[in-house]
Amino acid sequence: MFENILIWFVVIPVIMMAGLGLCRNSNMNAIRAVMVVCSTALLGLSVWLCCDFLRLRGMGVDDEMLFTGSWMWYEPLNIHLAVGVDGISVLMLLLSSVIVFAGTFASWKISPLPKNFFLWFALLSTGVFGFFISIDIFTMFMFYEVALIPMYLLIGVWGTGRKEYSAMKLTLMLMGGSAFLMLGLLGIFWHSAPAGGQLTWNILEISHNASIAPEWQYMLFCFTFVGFGVLGAMFPFHTWSPDGHACAPTAVSMLHAGVLMKLGGYGCFRIAIFLLPQAANELAWIFIILTGVSIVYGAFSACVQTDLKYINAYSSVSHCGMVLFAILMLNTTAMTGAILQMLSHGLMTALFFALIGMIYGRTHTRDIRQMGGLMKIMPYLGVCYMIAGFASLGLPGLSGFVAEMTIFFGSFQDADLFHRIFVIAATCSIVITAVYILRVVGKLLLGPVQDEHHLALTDAAWFERFSTVTLILCIAGIGCFPNWINETIQHSFAPIIAAVQSAAL
Amino acid sequence: MDYSQFGSMIPELIVLGIFMVVFLFDTFSGEKGKKILTPMATILFLLGTIAIWIVPASGEEIFGGMYVNNTATNAIKAILNVGVFIVLLQSAKWVQSDEVAIRKGEFYELLLVTLFGMYLMVSARHFLLFIIGLESASLPLAAMVAFNKRHYESHEAAIKYIMTAVFSSAILLTGLSFVYAFSGGSLYFSDIAVNINRGEMSGLLLAALAFVIAGIGFKLSLVPFHLWTADVYEGAPTAVTSYLSVVSKGAAAFAFFIIFVQCFGSVYSDAWEWMMYAVIILTITVGNLFAIRQKNMKRFMAFSSISQAGYIMLGAIAADGLGLASMMFYIFVYVVSNLGAFAVISTIEDNTGKLSMDDYNGLHKTNPKLSFLMTLAMFSLAGIPPFAGFFSKILIFTSVTGTGSWALYMLVLIALINTIISLYYYLLVVKAMWISPDEPKIGNFESGRCQRVSLVLCGAGIIFFGLVPYIYQYCYDAVMNSSDIIASIMVFVFR
Repeated sequence: MFENILIWFVVIPVIMMAGLGLCRNSNMNAIRAVMVVCSTALLGLSVWLCCDFLRLRGMGVDDEMLFTGSWMWYEPLNIHLAVGVDGISVLMLLLSSVIVFAGTFASWKISPLPKNFFLWFALLSTGVFGFFISIDIFTMFMFYEVALIPMYLLIGVWGTGRKEYSAMKLTLMLMGGSAFLMLGLLGIFWHSAPAGGQLTWNILEISHNASIAPEWQYMLFCFTFVGFGVLGAMFPFHTWSPDGHACAPTAVSMLHAGVLMKLGGYGCFRIAIFLLPQAANELAWIFIILTGVSIVYGAFSACVQTDLKYINAYSSVSHCGMVLFAILMLNTTAMTGAILQMLSHGLMTALFFALIGMIYGRTHTRDIRQMGGLMKIMPYLGVCYMIAGFASLGLPGLSGFVAEMTIFFGSFQDADLFHRIFVIAATCSIVITAVYILRVVGKLLLGPVQDEHHLALTDAAWFERFSTVTLILCIAGIGCFPNWINETIQHSFAPIIAAVQSAAL
Repeated sequence: MDYSQFGSMIPELIVLGIFMVVFLFDTFSGEKGKKILTPMATILFLLGTIAIWIVPASGEEIFGGMYVNNTATNAIKAILNVGVFIVLLQSAKWVQSDEVAIRKGEFYELLLVTLFGMYLMVSARHFLLFIIGLESASLPLAAMVAFNKRHYESHEAAIKYIMTAVFSSAILLTGLSFVYAFSGGSLYFSDIAVNINRGEMSGLLLAALAFVIAGIGFKLSLVPFHLWTADVYEGAPTAVTSYLSVVSKGAAAFAFFIIFVQCFGSVYSDAWEWMMYAVIILTITVGNLFAIRQKNMKRFMAFSSISQAGYIMLGAIAADGLGLASMMFYIFVYVVSNLGAFAVISTIEDNTGKLSMDDYNGLHKTNPKLSFLMTLAMFSLAGIPPFAGFFSKILIFTSVTGTGSWALYMLVLIALINTIISLYYYLLVVKAMWISPDEPKIGNFESGRCQRVSLVLCGAGIIFFGLVPYIYQYCYDAVMNSSDIIASIMVFVFR
């Protein structure tokens, strides 16, 4: 079992938890050592996985999933611990490990109870990694929920502001989503094979069997898409996101906006669309409307916020809406854009939240009306914030541009009026994004200094610089060399597009 | 009469043996000897549990088919024994307290007698034996509820318990007398199954089934037969409350499944599916909604256990082998999770006397380990992975949806939405312990050795028995190897 490289993505966080369990709360250095060693190991592992994956693809191995492995777990129900990755999951693993790595450094001085904080943080990352490596929907769902529940304590104990309310709201809404999801998955399982066949939870086998009757697909598609859509901050179900992000501690906001919201998009893609292609063809319009609303609505809401974290949370709603929007276009170009957008949004939101955490740690306010001229006071953080802002509004050379251009090109391929209208509306959000980003940059960084106490503040410390530089390098890397990402994911859409097209016939 | 038939009743004989040893020792030993009564009873019981877990069941029917000892009954007995063993560990400190110490022998004797009664309930294949088991499981429990004899609440609880127990027995017997009208003059489960299958549906049969559901529903505290639960749980000594909430419920749920599938399986969709459908929805929802407002931890656990009973009964509405296996697994997980929560509650109560949820504010500052265990137990009860509760919930939902009917999908949806409500109030406890900014009201204390063992056992059970499928596999194999249960399920499925 342990010869499979993917299993180690779960084993290392478990080792991390065990190591933290042995530390004392007072021994900060030991805790940091465990965290740094393990998160570096994860980063190294995912880079190595990525290289190995590209090498195998280069050699012409064109299986749907590579590095597959499957071990029986609950035999009576044919539940396996089944793992396997395609290009998309490889990139998601890479993203997650970068953000866990950066998050470790961003919460270098967490208090109180640093050990417990990192324990829950490690449990959260176990869930995230486990979700991306699983190809068995039972284990996938389990890891999905593992990733959700630590948020309650992470926000409730270490958060700021109305943390008890936000933590409870976030947990209950996400768990409510997963209740719908659970029902959808049960339905998929019981229809996963033609009558008399061996029922299975394995994604690949289910899609090969293609035995789910259309009338069931409609119901199950709605359940699964809504279930994952809650985590992807789809329009009527997005309200947990601003409150949750605003109250969460820095590293948790980073991981949550950066990775956890991607679980929603990835799940819609991998389960709702891949396994229920016919319903995806016929019901996509409902969700195109909803995600279209979240793109525009999120952007407008961000314009009127005064709290830095709320601005970013609403901008996340808008950007994550774009991910789901692109996935629902059901063509290769738009889906490539969706994956790029997931990566780009993950990295730049993590950067944003890290910077906001650093600024808040110094000024003790996140209200943009009470801050100004930070560029003079802390030039390093100011420049980083600008870079993140430009990435968000899609400056060429940074990741946002590549992602959004691909999404809009791909989405415009659908020639009917309905799609065109929504694509044009969604494209307008670029302008609105520019409005709120430039407003913040102008007010926060370039305006007059609002509070003379701020003049005494220091610029970033080494661990903060380290964390931000990692993220900026990744953002610029994607922006300048998007081709290698294309190469990694180009084989991954074929099965999904094939399933959708054969269902449409 | 062939006395060798008694040799097949291995689990009953083991419990009876332990009972005799404890009883004789308690009667004839002096003051000094009584000191080793607790360790002796606990160790003997542990050995007995291991024996039941290991010794294979013969599967033969004795006394003309009144009693059966097959792998499934053996497995549920082993699961109940685990619960009782943990209760014994938890109660070790309480039975040494001044008020109770002089009567601790009686506590063990009553406990073992009720357990014996539950064994008979589980193994009975004839309503006479079932009633004997039910009564001997109920009446001594009232004495146990009244065990804190100088406390007014304990008396009140005992009176309430005995009244409802007697009342529910009366209703059950009325129902059975109706059943007798259909059964062609026999109270054997197998005869009833055959005869009901031949007859037409009638109002009398519906009334009979409603009465039987009500009678057993009282034991399980299903809504609307739950009104005694909160008061009795609050008034009874904590050890007895934990015993009532898991062990007695587990036995009744298993017996319910056997009776309804073996006797009334042929009228499943005509009669009792929709009755149970309504009862389950009511039980889960009402239990959850009332639990939200509770401030006393024991009342809180009472309402939470009402809603958990609803989830257990989902296995009965699935009514197949998978359903029974999932139900037994659910019972096991419920035993460790609920007893984990009660272990913390009773440890805190024994050491500080505090029982209100507000007293738990800021608990992690003084008792981080207890808070951690309570968090595990709450997460497991709410069904959060990677803890065992998640697996038991998801497996029981899987078994219910397996029948493929829309109505049951909707039932699962309602149950799932209810898990969100339950998550809310379980998180209230977690919030009190970890997030509340108040200064802790409970000081730091050393818990007793036995209590620590029970805490560790429950914690380990919560963490490992979901991730390791051993228990589920054990239950599943046990069900699949019990030919009589499988046979009646097959009849019932292909009716």
